[in-house]
Amino acid sequence: MTTPDTDTPLLIAKGLTKYYGRQLGCRDASFELYEGEVMAVVGESGSGKSTLLQLLSTQIEPSSGSVTYRMRDGSLADLWRMSEPARRFLLRTDWGYVHQDPQLGLRMGVSAGGNVGERLMAVGARNYQDIRATATDWLGRVEIPHDRIDDTPRSYSGGMRQRLQIARNLVTAPRLIFMDEPTGGLDVSVQARLLDLLRRIVAEMRIAAIVVTHDLAVARLLSNRIMVMKGGEVIEAGLTDQVLDDPHQPYTQLLVSSILPA
Amino acid sequence: MTAPAYNFAYLDEQTKRMIRRAILKAIAIPGYQVPFASREMPMPYGWGTGGVQVTASILGPDDTLKVIDQGSDDTTNAVSIRKFFTKTANVRTTTATIEATVIQTRHRVPETPLSEEQVLVYQVPIPEPLRFLEPRETETRRMHALSEYGLMHVKLYEDIARHGHIATAYAYPVQVDDRYVMDPSPIPKFDNPKLDDCPALQLFGAGREKRIYAIPPYTRVVSLDFEDHPFEAYRHDAACELCGASDSFLDEVITDDDGNRMFVCSDTDYCEQRRALGHGPYNAAPADPQGSSHTGASPTEPA
Repeated sequence: MTTPDTDTPLLIAKGLTKYYGRQLGCRDASFELYEGEVMAVVGESGSGKSTLLQLLSTQIEPSSGSVTYRMRDGSLADLWRMSEPARRFLLRTDWGYVHQDPQLGLRMGVSAGGNVGERLMAVGARNYQDIRATATDWLGRVEIPHDRIDDTPRSYSGGMRQRLQIARNLVTAPRLIFMDEPTGGLDVSVQARLLDLLRRIVAEMRIAAIVVTHDLAVARLLSNRIMVMKGGEVIEAGLTDQVLDDPHQPYTQLLVSSILPA
Repeated sequence: MTAPAYNFAYLDEQTKRMIRRAILKAIAIPGYQVPFASREMPMPYGWGTGGVQVTASILGPDDTLKVIDQGSDDTTNAVSIRKFFTKTANVRTTTATIEATVIQTRHRVPETPLSEEQVLVYQVPIPEPLRFLEPRETETRRMHALSEYGLMHVKLYEDIARHGHIATAYAYPVQVDDRYVMDPSPIPKFDNPKLDDCPALQLFGAGREKRIYAIPPYTRVVSLDFEDHPFEAYRHDAACELCGASDSFLDEVITDDDGNRMFVCSDTDYCEQRRALGHGPYNAAPADPQGSSHTGASPTEPA
């Protein structure tokens, strides 16, 4: 573990803009993310949340703007100036990406142990016992029983799949993790358990996270900061509690007031 | 027979040039799958259309051709391909490994060590070693380009997790020249060590998949494995019941309905050469090598 550097941001987005042809995906998003910080991106469907997440995680190239990342050695790197192998290496070591649909993030035909071990083998782990021990440890941390290690995710419930996906991403001890609606499609009690787990792990490992969600409850529970998006633009940003308790923009006010009382 | 209606070795010269260019590129980049414009051949896919095209392109009038199928010279596949080239190219054919200059093979490497004078042509059904783990061709090509081969070990990991050892017994993935991971075609993993530092040129042709790849002579070929589960060449724990060889790859042959079986060399030429030199089965009735196979069929105890 490197000593956390709290003075310089981990990730800097500057003027991120993406047009799909003439269609606006996301305009002029700028922010800084520090180590161990969790930021939520909220907004309705089509507001550009997912576009922003894909831009940040280098899955799509921005029309303009830049993303700068502080590498483990402390140097700042412009992600789109990096070579593709270096970018892909970053994506599977220092980063994680949790999909809403675990089928996209997991290899459904490969056992849970293989799923967790893949990243280790990708960075050169060649000792079966070590890989298996690490995988077992991680399954334990995400509350999956050890005797399920050789089962494929096909035999897992939705909540277990999502937890397995998280384990698979965290096994290389990333510093930044992207989550796209991590609790979408799960029932309320499973959601609560998953959120609990996420909050604990993120805090323990001091991982920075960017969580895209349309669920303000998720945002409030997980995040330190929040960005509200509408029509491809960030309309409001700030500390989560501040924004949710005292929303300035009419749209945010609408969003907050549209939560059903518990 | 009247004048042939086709060119020497069936393919026209332009097609052969195209294939030779692919072969040259494949040799220049060991283990890399070179796409080529595979032709329809007068045989079904899966019968060695890729290997036949490669053989047709490198064959000259003074070559001597040997064709084996699972090590055997006398199976349908081997006989038809040999006849095909006898008819279309009028080349000499042989069953003796040492006499051949070009050996087309399906699923085996001959037991007799190859020489610099020889070319070994493999028939390949599926050239992409990552196919069953990553079905997207765009993605596997990128993985090859960037040397991202972690996934290949996931397959081996799965083997150990399920069976306690690396259960992949054929088409065992290898890394060629410390760069490309390659499917050696469905040869038994027993043959994998023969690929390493082999004096002969090895060419691989996949007709349906339209890919050619190669291992140049004396190239390092390493079978993938784990530190604590190293690669092991597997063979039945027995000796050939015809020639007594204890170092060759064995076929298990069921001899009757009562579960009796015998082990014989899969490489028929190797077995015949040994018998010609006077080798016989261990503990067999003397001077009756044929009859001993049945009566003496108290099968060797399986491991």
